[in-house]
Amino acid sequence: MSEPVWEGYLRADGRLGVRNLVLVVYTVECASHVALEIGRGEEDTHVIGFPGCYDNAYAIRLMLSLARHPNVGAVLAVGLGCEYTQPGKIADLVKASGRPAEWFYIQEQGGTKSSIELGKRLVRRMREQIRAQTPRAPMRLKDLVVGAECGGSDGTSGLAGNPVTGRFFDRLVDAGGAAIFEETVEMIGLRDIMTARAATPEAAAQIGRAYDKAARYCQAVRQYSVAPGNFAGGLTTIEEKSMGAFAKGGSRPIQGVIRVAQRPPWPGLWLLDSVVDDSFMGFGYTNPNDTEGLMDLLSAGAQILLFITGRGSVTGSPLAPVIKITGNSQTFARMKDDMDFDASRILRGELSLDQAAEELQSLVVRVAGGELSRPEALGHREYFIMYKHQDTPALEAGCRA
Amino acid sequence: MARAFQLHPADNVATLLEDTSGEPVAITGSSEPLEITPSRAIALAHKIALCDIPEGGPVVKYGVPIGLATCLIRRGDWVHLHNCRSAMDERSSTLDVESGAATDTVYE
Repeated sequence: MSEPVWEGYLRADGRLGVRNLVLVVYTVECASHVALEIGRGEEDTHVIGFPGCYDNAYAIRLMLSLARHPNVGAVLAVGLGCEYTQPGKIADLVKASGRPAEWFYIQEQGGTKSSIELGKRLVRRMREQIRAQTPRAPMRLKDLVVGAECGGSDGTSGLAGNPVTGRFFDRLVDAGGAAIFEETVEMIGLRDIMTARAATPEAAAQIGRAYDKAARYCQAVRQYSVAPGNFAGGLTTIEEKSMGAFAKGGSRPIQGVIRVAQRPPWPGLWLLDSVVDDSFMGFGYTNPNDTEGLMDLLSAGAQILLFITGRGSVTGSPLAPVIKITGNSQTFARMKDDMDFDASRILRGELSLDQAAEELQSLVVRVAGGELSRPEALGHREYFIMYKHQDTPALEAGCRA
Repeated sequence: MARAFQLHPADNVATLLEDTSGEPVAITGSSEPLEITPSRAIALAHKIALCDIPEGGPVVKYGVPIGLATCLIRRGDWVHLHNCRSAMDERSSTLDVESGAATDTVYE
Protein backbone atom coordinates (compact mmCIF):
# COMPACT_ATOMS: atom_id res chain seq x y z
CA MET A 1 0.00 0.00 0.00
CA SER A 2 1.36 3.42 -0.90
CA GLU A 3 2.04 5.87 1.87
CA PRO A 4 -0.84 8.26 2.47
CA VAL A 5 -0.23 11.90 1.56
CA TRP A 6 -2.53 14.85 2.20
CA GLU A 7 -2.33 18.64 2.17
CA GLY A 8 -1.34 20.38 5.37
CA TYR A 9 -0.80 24.00 6.36
CA LEU A 10 2.84 25.06 6.45
CA ARG A 11 3.75 27.46 9.26
CA ALA A 12 6.64 29.90 9.13
CA ASP A 13 8.45 27.86 11.80
CA GLY A 14 8.40 24.84 9.47
CA ARG A 15 5.74 22.87 11.35
CA LEU A 16 2.70 21.46 9.57
CA GLY A 17 -0.87 21.81 10.75
CA VAL A 18 -4.03 19.93 9.78
CA ARG A 19 -6.34 22.90 10.43
CA ASN A 20 -5.97 26.63 9.83
CA LEU A 21 -7.55 28.31 12.84
CA VAL A 22 -7.77 31.67 14.52
CA LEU A 23 -7.32 31.34 18.28
CA VAL A 24 -8.79 33.82 20.75
CA VAL A 25 -6.98 33.70 24.11
CA TYR A 26 -8.22 35.49 27.19
CA THR A 27 -5.87 36.17 30.07
CA VAL A 28 -8.25 36.36 33.03
CA GLU A 29 -11.76 35.10 33.80
CA CYS A 30 -13.08 38.69 33.72
CA ALA A 31 -12.34 38.74 29.96
CA SER A 32 -13.98 35.38 29.25
CA HIS A 33 -17.44 36.63 28.25
CA VAL A 34 -16.02 39.08 25.74
CA ALA A 35 -13.63 36.46 24.33
CA LEU A 36 -16.35 33.81 24.01
CA GLU A 37 -18.68 36.33 22.34
CA ILE A 38 -15.93 37.26 19.89
CA GLY A 39 -15.60 33.62 18.92
CA ARG A 40 -19.33 32.86 18.82
CA GLY A 41 -20.51 32.08 15.30
CA GLU A 42 -17.09 32.73 13.78
CA GLU A 43 -15.93 29.98 11.47
CA ASP A 44 -12.56 28.38 12.21
CA THR A 45 -12.21 30.40 15.39
CA HIS A 46 -11.61 28.73 18.74
CA VAL A 47 -11.42 30.25 22.22
CA ILE A 48 -9.28 29.29 25.20
CA GLY A 49 -8.35 31.19 28.32
CA PHE A 50 -6.89 31.18 31.79
CA PRO A 51 -9.15 32.17 34.69
CA GLY A 52 -6.52 33.37 37.15
CA CYS A 53 -5.72 37.03 37.83
CA TYR A 54 -2.30 36.11 39.23
CA ASP A 55 0.01 34.73 36.63
CA ASN A 56 1.45 31.27 36.72
CA ALA A 57 4.49 30.08 34.78
CA TYR A 58 2.88 26.76 33.95
CA ALA A 59 -0.31 28.36 32.60
CA ILE A 60 1.66 30.87 30.54
CA ARG A 61 3.82 28.13 28.99
CA LEU A 62 0.65 26.19 28.23
CA MET A 63 -1.10 29.18 26.61
CA LEU A 64 1.98 30.04 24.55
CA SER A 65 2.31 26.48 23.31
CA LEU A 66 -1.36 26.52 22.26
CA ALA A 67 -1.05 29.95 20.63
CA ARG A 68 1.82 28.60 18.52
CA HIS A 69 0.20 25.22 17.90
CA PRO A 70 0.66 23.97 14.32
CA ASN A 71 -3.12 24.03 13.71
CA VAL A 72 -3.24 27.73 14.66
CA GLY A 73 -2.65 30.37 11.99
CA ALA A 74 -3.41 33.57 13.91
CA VAL A 75 -4.10 34.72 17.46
CA LEU A 76 -6.12 37.41 19.20
CA ALA A 77 -5.21 37.86 22.88
CA VAL A 78 -7.83 39.61 25.02
CA GLY A 79 -7.16 40.94 28.49
CA LEU A 80 -9.23 42.92 30.93
CA GLY A 81 -6.34 45.18 31.89
CA CYS A 82 -5.69 44.44 35.57
CA GLU A 83 -4.35 40.90 35.44
CA TYR A 84 -0.74 39.75 35.70
CA THR A 85 -0.77 37.67 32.49
CA GLN A 86 0.19 39.94 29.58
CA PRO A 87 -1.83 39.55 26.37
CA GLY A 88 0.64 41.84 24.58
CA LYS A 89 3.52 39.49 25.30
CA ILE A 90 1.51 36.54 24.02
CA ALA A 91 0.79 38.45 20.79
CA ASP A 92 4.46 39.44 20.42
CA LEU A 93 5.68 35.86 20.69
CA VAL A 94 3.02 34.64 18.28
CA LYS A 95 4.13 37.31 15.78
CA ALA A 96 7.73 36.21 16.25
CA SER A 97 6.64 32.72 15.20
CA GLY A 98 5.52 34.18 11.87
CA ARG A 99 1.78 34.26 12.58
CA PRO A 100 -0.49 37.31 12.52
CA ALA A 101 -1.46 38.33 16.06
CA GLU A 102 -3.40 41.14 17.74
CA TRP A 103 -4.24 42.00 21.32
CA PHE A 104 -6.15 44.54 23.35
CA TYR A 105 -7.37 45.37 26.85
CA ILE A 106 -11.13 45.54 27.31
CA GLN A 107 -10.76 48.48 29.72
CA GLU A 108 -9.11 50.53 26.97
CA GLN A 109 -11.75 49.67 24.35
CA GLY A 110 -14.67 51.06 26.29
CA GLY A 111 -16.26 47.86 27.56
CA THR A 112 -18.13 44.80 26.42
CA LYS A 113 -19.84 45.92 23.20
CA SER A 114 -16.96 47.80 21.65
CA SER A 115 -14.51 45.05 22.61
CA ILE A 116 -16.63 42.35 21.00
CA GLU A 117 -16.99 44.48 17.85
CA LEU A 118 -13.27 45.15 17.67
CA GLY A 119 -12.45 41.50 18.41
CA LYS A 120 -14.70 40.24 15.65
CA ARG A 121 -13.15 42.70 13.16
CA LEU A 122 -9.65 41.54 14.09
CA VAL A 123 -10.59 37.84 13.95
CA ARG A 124 -12.22 38.22 10.53
CA ARG A 125 -9.30 40.18 9.12
CA MET A 126 -6.73 37.67 10.35
CA ARG A 127 -8.85 34.73 9.18
CA GLU A 128 -8.99 36.18 5.67
CA GLN A 129 -5.26 36.74 5.79
CA ILE A 130 -4.34 33.19 6.85
CA ARG A 131 -6.82 31.67 4.42
CA ALA A 132 -5.25 33.60 1.58
CA GLN A 133 -1.63 33.38 2.61
CA THR A 134 -0.94 30.10 4.43
CA PRO A 135 0.99 27.82 2.06
CA ARG A 136 -0.25 24.26 1.64
CA ALA A 137 2.30 21.48 1.72
CA PRO A 138 2.20 17.71 1.38
CA MET A 139 1.93 15.93 4.70
CA ARG A 140 2.60 12.32 5.65
CA LEU A 141 2.38 10.20 8.78
CA LYS A 142 5.94 11.20 9.68
CA ASP A 143 4.72 14.81 10.01
CA LEU A 144 2.06 13.92 12.57
CA VAL A 145 2.13 14.21 16.32
CA VAL A 146 -0.84 12.27 17.68
CA GLY A 147 -1.93 12.29 21.31
CA ALA A 148 -4.06 9.64 23.01
CA GLU A 149 -6.16 9.85 26.12
CA CYS A 150 -8.86 7.64 27.56
CA GLY A 151 -11.89 8.70 29.53
CA GLY A 152 -15.03 7.03 30.80
CA SER A 153 -13.07 3.78 30.61
CA ASP A 154 -14.70 0.43 31.23
CA GLY A 155 -13.78 -3.22 30.93
CA THR A 156 -13.79 -3.03 27.13
CA SER A 157 -11.24 -0.19 27.01
CA GLY A 158 -8.31 -2.46 27.81
CA LEU A 159 -9.61 -5.17 25.45
CA ALA A 160 -10.32 -3.20 22.28
CA GLY A 161 -10.29 0.63 22.37
CA ASN A 162 -6.84 1.09 23.87
CA PRO A 163 -5.21 -1.88 22.10
CA VAL A 164 -6.30 -0.63 18.66
CA THR A 165 -4.95 2.81 19.55
CA GLY A 166 -1.69 1.18 20.64
CA ARG A 167 -1.44 -0.81 17.42
CA PHE A 168 -2.03 2.38 15.40
CA PHE A 169 0.67 4.10 17.48
CA ASP A 170 3.06 1.30 16.51
CA ARG A 171 2.34 2.01 12.84
CA LEU A 172 2.67 5.77 13.32
CA VAL A 173 6.02 5.40 15.10
CA ASP A 174 7.28 2.97 12.44
CA ALA A 175 6.34 5.56 9.78
CA GLY A 176 8.45 8.19 11.56
CA GLY A 177 5.72 10.08 13.39
CA ALA A 178 5.42 10.97 17.06
CA ALA A 179 2.90 9.37 19.42
CA ILE A 180 2.17 10.73 22.88
CA PHE A 181 0.24 9.11 25.67
CA GLU A 182 -0.22 10.40 29.18
CA GLU A 183 -2.14 9.90 32.40
CA THR A 184 0.73 8.61 34.50
CA VAL A 185 -1.75 8.61 37.40
CA GLU A 186 -3.56 5.88 35.48
CA MET A 187 -0.43 3.76 35.32
CA ILE A 188 -0.32 3.12 39.05
CA GLY A 189 0.79 -0.40 39.79
CA LEU A 190 2.80 -0.76 36.57
CA ARG A 191 6.22 0.67 37.47
CA ASP A 192 8.23 -2.35 36.30
CA ILE A 193 6.13 -2.89 33.18
CA MET A 194 6.59 0.77 32.18
CA THR A 195 10.31 1.06 32.82
CA ALA A 196 10.86 -2.18 30.88
CA ARG A 197 9.48 -0.37 27.81
CA ALA A 198 12.10 2.40 27.93
CA ALA A 199 14.29 2.93 24.86
CA THR A 200 17.35 3.87 26.94
CA PRO A 201 18.50 3.74 30.58
CA GLU A 202 17.93 7.50 30.74
CA ALA A 203 14.34 7.05 29.53
CA ALA A 204 13.85 4.29 32.12
CA ALA A 205 15.04 6.65 34.86
CA GLN A 206 12.66 9.38 33.61
CA ILE A 207 9.74 6.95 33.55
CA GLY A 208 10.59 5.70 37.03
CA ARG A 209 10.68 9.25 38.40
CA ALA A 210 7.40 10.16 36.68
CA TYR A 211 5.78 7.00 38.08
CA ASP A 212 6.99 7.65 41.61
CA LYS A 213 5.72 11.23 41.47
CA ALA A 214 2.30 10.06 40.21
CA ALA A 215 2.11 7.55 43.06
CA ARG A 216 3.01 10.29 45.60
CA TYR A 217 0.37 12.56 44.05
CA CYS A 218 -2.39 9.96 44.43
CA GLN A 219 -1.41 9.50 48.07
CA ALA A 220 -1.21 13.26 48.66
CA VAL A 221 -4.69 13.99 47.31
CA ARG A 222 -6.02 10.70 48.74
CA GLN A 223 -7.65 9.79 45.46
CA TYR A 224 -6.64 7.35 42.75
CA SER A 225 -7.57 8.17 39.19
CA VAL A 226 -10.63 5.99 38.94
CA ALA A 227 -14.24 7.17 38.95
CA PRO A 228 -17.72 5.73 39.63
CA GLY A 229 -18.36 5.12 35.93
CA ASN A 230 -15.18 3.07 35.66
CA PHE A 231 -16.39 0.80 38.47
CA ALA A 232 -19.91 0.57 37.07
CA GLY A 233 -18.25 -0.40 33.79
CA GLY A 234 -16.60 -3.43 35.32
CA LEU A 235 -13.21 -2.06 36.39
CA THR A 236 -12.58 -3.14 39.96
CA THR A 237 -9.22 -1.59 40.87
CA ILE A 238 -6.83 1.15 39.75
CA GLU A 239 -4.36 -1.62 38.87
CA GLU A 240 -6.87 -3.08 36.42
CA LYS A 241 -7.68 0.34 34.95
CA SER A 242 -3.95 1.05 34.62
CA MET A 243 -3.25 -2.10 32.62
CA GLY A 244 -6.04 -1.16 30.23
CA ALA A 245 -4.90 2.46 29.94
CA PHE A 246 -1.28 1.50 29.32
CA ALA A 247 -2.37 -0.59 26.33
CA LYS A 248 -2.84 2.62 24.33
CA GLY A 249 0.94 3.00 24.40
CA GLY A 250 1.28 0.11 21.96
CA SER A 251 4.49 -1.88 21.93
CA ARG A 252 7.27 0.40 20.71
CA PRO A 253 10.05 1.66 23.03
CA ILE A 254 9.25 4.77 25.06
CA GLN A 255 11.75 7.46 24.08
CA GLY A 256 11.37 9.43 27.28
CA VAL A 257 9.12 11.63 29.37
CA ILE A 258 8.00 15.10 28.28
CA ARG A 259 6.19 17.63 30.44
CA VAL A 260 3.35 20.02 29.68
CA ALA A 261 4.17 22.52 26.88
CA GLN A 262 7.22 20.47 25.83
CA ARG A 263 7.35 19.05 22.33
CA PRO A 264 8.79 15.59 21.72
CA PRO A 265 12.48 16.31 20.91
CA TRP A 266 12.49 13.56 18.29
CA PRO A 267 9.87 11.20 16.79
CA GLY A 268 8.75 7.96 18.39
CA LEU A 269 6.60 7.10 21.39
CA TRP A 270 6.63 9.54 24.32
CA LEU A 271 5.05 9.59 27.76
CA LEU A 272 3.66 12.94 28.91
CA ASP A 273 3.87 13.78 32.61
CA SER A 274 1.32 16.39 33.70
CA VAL A 275 1.61 15.79 37.43
CA VAL A 276 2.64 18.74 39.60
CA ASP A 277 5.82 19.24 41.59
CA ASP A 278 5.80 17.63 45.02
CA SER A 279 5.59 21.01 46.71
CA PHE A 280 2.23 21.67 45.04
CA MET A 281 0.56 18.34 45.78
CA GLY A 282 -1.07 19.54 48.98
CA PHE A 283 -3.22 21.95 46.96
CA GLY A 284 -5.50 19.23 45.74
CA TYR A 285 -6.42 17.75 42.40
CA THR A 286 -4.18 18.91 39.59
CA ASN A 287 -5.25 16.28 37.07
CA PRO A 288 -8.94 16.94 37.51
CA ASN A 289 -10.64 15.83 34.28
CA ASP A 290 -10.22 14.59 30.73
CA THR A 291 -10.31 18.07 29.19
CA GLU A 292 -7.27 19.08 31.20
CA GLY A 293 -5.48 16.02 29.84
CA LEU A 294 -6.37 16.87 26.25
CA MET A 295 -4.94 20.38 26.73
CA ASP A 296 -1.67 18.81 27.84
CA LEU A 297 -1.49 16.71 24.68
CA LEU A 298 -2.25 19.79 22.56
CA SER A 299 0.53 21.66 24.32
CA ALA A 300 2.98 19.02 23.09
CA GLY A 301 1.96 19.89 19.52
CA ALA A 302 -0.48 17.06 18.80
CA GLN A 303 -2.37 17.93 15.60
CA ILE A 304 -4.82 15.04 16.13
CA LEU A 305 -6.17 13.62 19.39
CA LEU A 306 -7.48 10.10 19.91
CA PHE A 307 -9.96 9.69 22.75
CA ILE A 308 -10.82 6.18 23.86
CA THR A 309 -13.97 5.64 25.88
CA GLY A 310 -15.94 2.72 27.20
CA ARG A 311 -18.89 4.22 29.05
CA GLY A 312 -19.15 7.05 26.53
CA SER A 313 -17.82 10.59 26.57
CA VAL A 314 -18.91 13.71 24.74
CA THR A 315 -15.75 15.67 25.41
CA GLY A 316 -14.00 17.38 22.53
CA SER A 317 -11.25 19.92 22.19
CA PRO A 318 -10.29 23.19 20.60
CA LEU A 319 -7.38 23.35 18.11
CA ALA A 320 -7.18 19.67 17.17
CA PRO A 321 -9.82 17.23 15.96
CA VAL A 322 -10.68 14.59 18.55
CA ILE A 323 -11.34 11.11 17.13
CA LYS A 324 -13.60 9.19 19.47
CA ILE A 325 -13.02 5.43 19.77
CA THR A 326 -15.01 2.92 21.79
CA GLY A 327 -14.72 -0.81 22.31
CA ASN A 328 -18.16 -1.00 23.91
CA SER A 329 -20.80 -2.06 21.37
CA GLN A 330 -23.64 -0.76 23.58
CA THR A 331 -21.98 2.65 23.88
CA PHE A 332 -21.33 2.83 20.15
CA ALA A 333 -24.99 2.07 19.43
CA ARG A 334 -26.31 4.43 22.13
CA MET A 335 -23.99 7.37 21.35
CA LYS A 336 -23.50 6.85 17.62
CA ASP A 337 -23.41 10.57 16.77
CA ASP A 338 -20.46 11.10 19.10
CA MET A 339 -18.40 8.04 18.18
CA ASP A 340 -15.97 7.95 15.26
CA PHE A 341 -14.65 4.40 15.52
CA ASP A 342 -16.29 1.15 16.64
CA ALA A 343 -13.52 -1.01 18.10
CA SER A 344 -16.06 -3.49 19.51
CA ARG A 345 -15.89 -5.21 16.11
CA ILE A 346 -12.57 -6.65 17.30
CA LEU A 347 -14.33 -8.29 20.23
CA ARG A 348 -17.02 -9.73 17.95
CA GLY A 349 -14.33 -11.24 15.74
CA GLU A 350 -15.28 -9.11 12.74
CA LEU A 351 -11.86 -7.44 12.51
CA SER A 352 -8.38 -8.40 13.62
CA LEU A 353 -6.45 -5.88 15.71
CA ASP A 354 -4.22 -5.16 12.71
CA GLN A 355 -7.16 -4.63 10.39
CA ALA A 356 -8.74 -2.30 12.94
CA ALA A 357 -5.49 -0.35 13.31
CA GLU A 358 -5.28 0.03 9.55
CA GLU A 359 -8.84 1.29 9.42
CA LEU A 360 -8.14 3.71 12.27
CA GLN A 361 -5.09 4.98 10.40
CA SER A 362 -7.24 5.64 7.31
CA LEU A 363 -9.64 7.60 9.51
CA VAL A 364 -6.78 9.61 11.03
CA VAL A 365 -5.50 10.40 7.52
CA ARG A 366 -8.95 11.50 6.33
CA VAL A 367 -9.43 13.73 9.38
CA ALA A 368 -5.93 15.13 8.95
CA GLY A 369 -6.90 15.89 5.35
CA GLY A 370 -9.89 17.96 6.48
CA GLU A 371 -12.77 15.56 7.19
CA LEU A 372 -14.47 16.65 10.42
CA SER A 373 -14.36 14.22 13.33
CA ARG A 374 -17.63 13.69 15.21
CA PRO A 375 -16.77 15.86 18.25
CA GLU A 376 -15.44 18.54 15.90
CA ALA A 377 -18.61 18.54 13.78
CA LEU A 378 -20.76 18.66 16.93
CA GLY A 379 -18.97 21.83 17.99
CA HIS A 380 -17.11 20.54 21.02
CA ARG A 381 -14.40 23.02 22.01
CA GLU A 382 -13.98 22.38 25.75
CA TYR A 383 -10.82 23.79 27.29
CA PHE A 384 -9.31 23.89 30.75
CA ILE A 385 -6.24 25.81 31.87
CA MET A 386 -5.50 25.83 35.57
CA TYR A 387 -2.96 26.95 38.11
CA LYS A 388 -0.25 24.38 38.44
CA HIS A 389 3.40 24.28 39.39
CA GLN A 390 5.50 21.95 37.31
CA ASP A 391 9.28 22.24 37.35
CA THR A 392 9.00 25.70 38.82
CA PRO A 393 12.15 26.92 40.54
CA ALA A 394 12.16 29.23 43.54
CA LEU A 395 8.62 28.62 44.71
CA GLU A 396 9.60 30.36 47.95
CA ALA A 397 10.10 33.67 46.13
CA GLY A 398 7.46 36.37 46.50
CA CYS A 399 7.25 37.10 50.20
CA ARG A 400 9.70 39.16 52.25
CA ALA A 401 8.77 37.58 55.53
CA MET B 1 -24.34 -17.79 24.24
CA ALA B 2 -22.60 -14.85 25.91
CA ARG B 3 -18.81 -14.86 25.59
CA ALA B 4 -16.07 -13.82 27.97
CA PHE B 5 -12.49 -13.11 26.94
CA GLN B 6 -9.45 -14.33 28.84
CA LEU B 7 -6.57 -11.97 28.05
CA HIS B 8 -3.61 -14.00 29.32
CA PRO B 9 -3.00 -17.71 30.08
CA ALA B 10 -2.23 -16.89 33.73
CA ASP B 11 -5.52 -15.03 34.25
CA ASN B 12 -8.06 -16.36 36.73
CA VAL B 13 -10.79 -14.00 35.48
CA ALA B 14 -12.29 -13.31 32.04
CA THR B 15 -14.13 -10.20 30.79
CA LEU B 16 -17.71 -10.50 29.54
CA LEU B 17 -18.15 -9.44 25.90
CA GLU B 18 -21.94 -9.45 26.26
CA ASP B 19 -24.38 -9.28 29.16
CA THR B 20 -25.33 -12.65 30.64
CA SER B 21 -28.43 -13.17 32.76
CA GLY B 22 -27.00 -16.37 34.22
CA GLU B 23 -26.80 -18.79 31.29
CA PRO B 24 -23.47 -20.53 30.62
CA VAL B 25 -20.72 -18.31 29.23
CA ALA B 26 -18.22 -19.36 26.55
CA ILE B 27 -14.67 -18.47 27.54
CA THR B 28 -12.44 -17.50 24.61
CA GLY B 29 -8.93 -16.12 24.34
CA SER B 30 -5.94 -17.73 25.97
CA SER B 31 -7.49 -20.85 27.48
CA GLU B 32 -8.83 -24.00 25.85
CA PRO B 33 -12.43 -23.27 24.90
CA LEU B 34 -14.57 -23.82 27.96
CA GLU B 35 -17.98 -23.00 29.35
CA ILE B 36 -18.68 -21.67 32.80
CA THR B 37 -22.09 -21.20 34.38
CA PRO B 38 -22.13 -17.87 36.20
CA SER B 39 -23.54 -17.75 39.70
CA ARG B 40 -25.62 -14.67 38.80
CA ALA B 41 -26.20 -12.13 36.02
CA ILE B 42 -23.00 -10.38 34.91
CA ALA B 43 -22.86 -7.31 32.66
CA LEU B 44 -20.74 -6.62 29.58
CA ALA B 45 -17.17 -5.62 30.52
CA HIS B 46 -17.40 -7.10 34.02
CA LYS B 47 -15.36 -10.11 35.17
CA ILE B 48 -16.18 -13.76 35.82
CA ALA B 49 -13.94 -16.06 37.90
CA LEU B 50 -12.43 -18.92 35.88
CA CYS B 51 -11.52 -20.93 39.00
CA ASP B 52 -11.83 -20.70 42.76
CA ILE B 53 -9.68 -17.90 44.21
CA PRO B 54 -8.90 -18.18 47.94
CA GLU B 55 -9.38 -15.24 50.31
CA GLY B 56 -6.26 -13.07 50.09
CA GLY B 57 -5.22 -14.62 46.78
CA PRO B 58 -4.35 -12.50 43.73
CA VAL B 59 -6.96 -11.74 41.10
CA VAL B 60 -5.00 -11.98 37.84
CA LYS B 61 -5.90 -10.22 34.57
CA TYR B 62 -3.50 -9.23 31.74
CA GLY B 63 -1.18 -11.75 33.45
CA VAL B 64 -0.66 -9.41 36.42
CA PRO B 65 -2.34 -9.15 39.83
CA ILE B 66 -5.01 -6.46 39.59
CA GLY B 67 -6.21 -6.94 43.15
CA LEU B 68 -6.69 -9.34 46.06
CA ALA B 69 -9.70 -11.51 46.88
CA THR B 70 -11.41 -10.26 50.06
CA CYS B 71 -13.25 -13.58 50.50
CA LEU B 72 -13.34 -16.94 48.83
CA ILE B 73 -14.33 -16.38 45.19
CA ARG B 74 -15.93 -19.38 43.48
CA ARG B 75 -15.56 -20.31 39.82
CA GLY B 76 -18.39 -18.56 37.97
CA ASP B 77 -18.69 -15.69 40.46
CA TRP B 78 -18.87 -12.05 39.43
CA VAL B 79 -15.55 -10.53 40.51
CA HIS B 80 -15.89 -6.91 41.56
CA LEU B 81 -15.74 -4.48 44.49
CA HIS B 82 -17.63 -6.85 46.84
CA ASN B 83 -14.95 -9.56 46.67
CA CYS B 84 -11.80 -7.92 45.28
CA ARG B 85 -9.76 -4.98 46.53
CA SER B 86 -6.88 -2.88 45.23
CA ALA B 87 -3.46 -3.33 46.82
CA MET B 88 -3.15 0.48 46.86
CA ASP B 89 -6.46 2.29 46.71
CA GLU B 90 -8.55 2.07 49.88
CA ARG B 91 -11.48 4.30 48.98
CA SER B 92 -12.69 2.19 46.07
CA SER B 93 -13.63 -0.58 48.50
CA THR B 94 -16.25 1.74 50.03
CA LEU B 95 -18.07 2.49 46.77
CA ASP B 96 -21.51 1.18 45.87
CA VAL B 97 -20.93 -2.18 44.20
CA GLU B 98 -23.50 -1.67 41.43
CA SER B 99 -23.15 2.01 40.54
CA GLY B 100 -19.63 2.75 41.78
CA ALA B 101 -21.07 5.84 43.52
CA ALA B 102 -19.31 7.17 46.61
CA THR B 103 -20.89 6.28 49.95
CA ASP B 104 -18.54 8.37 52.10
CA THR B 105 -19.43 11.88 50.89
CA VAL B 106 -22.05 13.82 52.84
CA TYR B 107 -24.84 15.54 50.85
CA GLU B 108 -27.13 17.46 53.18
